[in-house]
Amino acid sequence: MGYTLNFNLIWRNFDKLWGGLLLSLELAVISIAIGIAIGLLLAVWYVSAGRVVRAGIAAYVEFIRNVPLILLVYLVFYGLPTVVDIAYSAQISFIATLSLYSGAYLVEVFRSGLEAVPRGQIDAGKAIGLTPWQRLVHVRLPTMLRITLPALSNTFISLFKDTSIASVISVPELTYGAQWINFNTFRIVEVYLVVTAMYLFTGYALLYALRLVERRFRAAH
Amino acid sequence: MLGQIAYALPFLAQGFAVTLWVSLLVVVLSLVAGVMMGVGLVYGPAPLRWAVRIFSDTIRGIPILVLIFFVYYGLPAVGIHLESFWAAVLALTLFKTAQVIEYLRGAVGSIPKGQSEAAMAIGLTFRQRLAYVVFPQAFRRFLPPWINGVTDAVKGSALVSLLGITDLMHAINQVIGRTYEAMPLYILGAVIYFAVNYALSLASRRLEQRFSFIRE
Repeated sequence: MGYTLNFNLIWRNFDKLWGGLLLSLELAVISIAIGIAIGLLLAVWYVSAGRVVRAGIAAYVEFIRNVPLILLVYLVFYGLPTVVDIAYSAQISFIATLSLYSGAYLVEVFRSGLEAVPRGQIDAGKAIGLTPWQRLVHVRLPTMLRITLPALSNTFISLFKDTSIASVISVPELTYGAQWINFNTFRIVEVYLVVTAMYLFTGYALLYALRLVERRFRAAH
Repeated sequence: MLGQIAYALPFLAQGFAVTLWVSLLVVVLSLVAGVMMGVGLVYGPAPLRWAVRIFSDTIRGIPILVLIFFVYYGLPAVGIHLESFWAAVLALTLFKTAQVIEYLRGAVGSIPKGQSEAAMAIGLTFRQRLAYVVFPQAFRRFLPPWINGVTDAVKGSALVSLLGITDLMHAINQVIGRTYEAMPLYILGAVIYFAVNYALSLASRRLEQRFSFIRE
């Protein structure tokens, strides 16, 4: 065991890790924002749609959930441009993939959330004369969001970790920064120790912050 | 195009066998390690409980890819030389073990305390209490999430391709490197992964239904 820890080269290249962490967060935030839009839209559509639409949405959800994320990332970045005439950067391609990915998980979350809205609330909305649209916007969606908030924060944190997959198409996020330092300085143990700490600290800080938000929303009602 | 893909099929099948082999090893090894550590977490003395808690929370808090690189590049640096295949299996097993620990904790925690106390009252030893009272009841709660987690192991195994291990994912990329038929091959790969995982999730749903008579 002739290994002595030496963190100097890590600190000298720390901008790679810091910039990587910020990019990881950015990728996760943008992807979950789009994912929430996809999830909401499809969940609302699902609960009011006929059999064909339901089957289509279920197929999307099952496909995404049962295929490795890394394969989806390759498929969108290397595969799609060979059959359709579009060009995009690795970053945009990854955001698109992660959005579709989180969207599939969130459809399920929102759909079960919508079903968990108490019948009495919807009836009360009807009784005071709200239209179906008003009932959706003012009654069902707010209650559903409160119910699904914990699942949403868990999804966000796991997306933050999933951004590490972006390194396979050379998006310079945190894991890519770690590999760069690994290959260029060979301070292997040090860099992964630091990166592990960064992921852990950020992940648990997010978790703590999101739990506070959840508590506030629960306390209000 | 189809000819080229047909030509590559035996190669892809070999890769698929590696994917299944990695997944099987990870699932079995993590089951053994996870159940042992999970028992340590629930019943162990405080230092052991803390150690398992820190292990589980650390592993579950970092991306699996970071863990794979850490094990693969880090172990040789400290003088431990593992073949890349075993380094990958070790990393994936560590990751899965942390999940199994949590499934076990949840399942055992759902058994009313009175059960253990009754078992103690009739003079069963710790091992007998686990084997005859707690585990048979906890098993039904453990099984559905665990089988669901098996699909994660299959999906996670695709990451071993990054260490140059020729699993299904790597085999697909290699065939694309030679034939430039990216889209058909990625779709083929997606269909294969989908078939395996969908079958597994159907099995878990059926098991859940079978045990759905349990109510609290």
